[in-house]
Amino acid sequence: MTDITKGAIAPPRSFLSQDAVQLFYRLLAALLICAVLAVLSDSFLSLGNILNVLRQASLTFFIASGLTLVVLTAGLDLSVGANVALSACIAGTVIHKTGSPALGILTGLACGGIVGLLNGIMVTALRIPSFIATYGMLWVLNGLTYWYMAGETLHGFPAGFRQIGSGYLFGLPIPVYLLLVFLGIGTMFAQRTIWGQEIYAIGANPVAARLSGIPVARRLLLVYAVSGTMAGLASIIFLSRLNSAEADIGESLTLPAIAAVLIGGTSLFGGVGTVFGTFIGALILTLVLNGMNLLSVSANWQPLVTGVIVILAVWLDMKTRRRAQ
Amino acid sequence: MSDALPIEVTSPTPLLELRGISKEFPGVKALDDVSFAVYPGEVHMLLGENGAGKSSLMKVLCGAYRADAGEFYHKGEKVAISSTADAQKLGIAVIFQEFSLVPYLDIAQNIFLGREPKGRIPGTIDRRKILADAKRVLDTIGFDIDPSTTVDKLGVAQQQMVEIAKAISQNARILVMDEPTAALSDRETELLFALIARLKADGVSIVYISHRMAEVFALGDRITVLRDGRRIDGVRPADVTPDQLVRMMVGRNVDMTYPRNFADKPGEVLLEVKGLSASTGISDINIEVRRGEIVGLCGLVGSGRSEVARAIFGADPVTSGEIIFDGKSISGEPDLAARRGIALIPESRKSEGLALLRSVSDNLVVSALRKLFPSGLFDKRSAQRTSDGLIRQLRIATPSARQTVGLLSGGNQQKVVIGKWLAAGSKLFIFDEPTRGIDIGAKSEIFALIDRLVAEGAAALMISSEQVEICHVCDRAYVMCEGRIAGHLTRSELTEENIVRLGMHHA
Repeated sequence: MTDITKGAIAPPRSFLSQDAVQLFYRLLAALLICAVLAVLSDSFLSLGNILNVLRQASLTFFIASGLTLVVLTAGLDLSVGANVALSACIAGTVIHKTGSPALGILTGLACGGIVGLLNGIMVTALRIPSFIATYGMLWVLNGLTYWYMAGETLHGFPAGFRQIGSGYLFGLPIPVYLLLVFLGIGTMFAQRTIWGQEIYAIGANPVAARLSGIPVARRLLLVYAVSGTMAGLASIIFLSRLNSAEADIGESLTLPAIAAVLIGGTSLFGGVGTVFGTFIGALILTLVLNGMNLLSVSANWQPLVTGVIVILAVWLDMKTRRRAQ
Repeated sequence: MSDALPIEVTSPTPLLELRGISKEFPGVKALDDVSFAVYPGEVHMLLGENGAGKSSLMKVLCGAYRADAGEFYHKGEKVAISSTADAQKLGIAVIFQEFSLVPYLDIAQNIFLGREPKGRIPGTIDRRKILADAKRVLDTIGFDIDPSTTVDKLGVAQQQMVEIAKAISQNARILVMDEPTAALSDRETELLFALIARLKADGVSIVYISHRMAEVFALGDRITVLRDGRRIDGVRPADVTPDQLVRMMVGRNVDMTYPRNFADKPGEVLLEVKGLSASTGISDINIEVRRGEIVGLCGLVGSGRSEVARAIFGADPVTSGEIIFDGKSISGEPDLAARRGIALIPESRKSEGLALLRSVSDNLVVSALRKLFPSGLFDKRSAQRTSDGLIRQLRIATPSARQTVGLLSGGNQQKVVIGKWLAAGSKLFIFDEPTRGIDIGAKSEIFALIDRLVAEGAAALMISSEQVEICHVCDRAYVMCEGRIAGHLTRSELTEENIVRLGMHHA
């Protein structure tokens, strides 16, 4: 028995974890896209454009980072976009009514978090598959938001509040700082806390996780609540950047966020993926769309290209993983 | 032993002979120059630990794997087996542990799947003929059942019979059976053995893979032992003792009697179960387990043993009764039970015990996260150090703590499941079939480990279908029957006969 174990079965690339290998490929892909765009377009490498890419990527990332945790548990949260819309509208109303941005921010985060918690309750206590629970939630939230806004648009917020989405600090947009902060927090949470470890364990095998003494239901509640809260955060950035809110702002947000998670290498089957990967996923997605704009490719092509990238990324992942097994 | 000398055989030419078969996978030599012959009408036992190459050899034999090197001879003529169709043409059929039947089709349709007799209207099946043909095949193997019964209504043993019938209907002359009795009750096993005798008489050869020593000697005409992908020896049952066979399989001496110091004076009561009932079908369960004891929980498969284990661990809701652990009445989900010091090593390690795609280290620390990292901050290096310690302590054969746990052999996977509870510092270990599908070497290691645990003051409740194991290992045992405790056997009363007597249905 023992002589087999002495190196004979050692897998190739055993020094790098599978996650590290996947991340490396993704960074390479992002750099490659940058290089190609730098050659094709003079304006790509301008500071203004790069900051613009980062700022755009940040909004997708905020939503996608919380979503990553959900997907790591083999779940899905389809309600994030609708959650952003409702949270933005409620936060906007609070700011208008009270004049206090702080109160508005808190309300936005709380609204997002509560919606997430409700998703979590449906998934754990009622045992509704997350795909269906959050799909239903999407419609409920849309309905609430349309009823609440009744066709109105909220417009005009205090200058201080608008700094969050459009202000600069030491030459960098404030959302980019927030992006770095939440990238750090998300990575720490997933990799360096026992809750993160438990989330990976739940995604890899929920039955074994429960029988290993992990409080599965409580962790799932946490994960959905975090996903909702991150949608709440995104709603604040959104509100502050656009200086307005309407009922339909969330509709174009969910699918790109899911795309960022998938391009980032998180498996829909759970247990595999990283928050950092999702950041790169959001970056790749934004870079490509930005590049198409710079090269004056019609915006009509953007969904098609996004779809192809998602399929390509997942397919390549499956291929490299299969080889590693 | 008699490696160089050819074994005397009943028939001069083998029905099928494999010479110098090698098969390599990236990093592992699964088969290394293995030769193997099957003679007409014999039961050829294939022995070896998990990972010895039995499954690979079987897959080469049935054409699922292509050998990298080696030759095949059928009745002395050189042939090629490079696909499952080739193997089927030569009359080779495999009865895998996982059956390949379609649950919603009936027995006849399953037997003739893809070869259905055509009806008069194109695209239809001649229903009368298929049923008659199926009946004939079932009769030849002595299986009395209506062929229009759908397969999902059948038990494991009956499904196995259908698999065999299917093989026979394809004119199989060599039947490869992979641990066919693993999921059968004693009575069903007897029926299977009778069928094997019948097939032998018809000249069908059987290649039989088993981990059970008793079967090897009861059924085998010849025995081939594999170890680390090599053929170690070919012997006749009459010429060897079980101990010799075990030594050949593991390459070292292993004591099969699992000696242990039985607890003369067991410690205080750690677990007391009073009148426990659960919606899973168990009722009025009364059990007591003391520190320093290994208590057996036996009975037939389906008698409610696993349900008792799950109810104690909080995995299934309890409807009435009380569980007192360490002096306190407890209830709640598995996370609470685990935190109090109860460990469950579940029956199915792959689906219930392990996160197969995660690393050995991840799996080893998963139940101990709170204990190892009280601050809530996880440190990968420290987790790996803890895992390395457990890997050494439990002698888990893995290249590193970073290895994906799904790639380990069954015995080593089981050690990982036990290891995670060692890391958690559990006090009561509930083992549900801890040695299922595990080779003999790993078995005795696992029993030695359980012995050490209880010697250090832990307690163990052990479920096993192998009565020999219960008798050898346990201080005393409860026997279950139809969801209730049918009786209790003290150390001196603990015999296989008593277990069987109490566990039998009396209805």
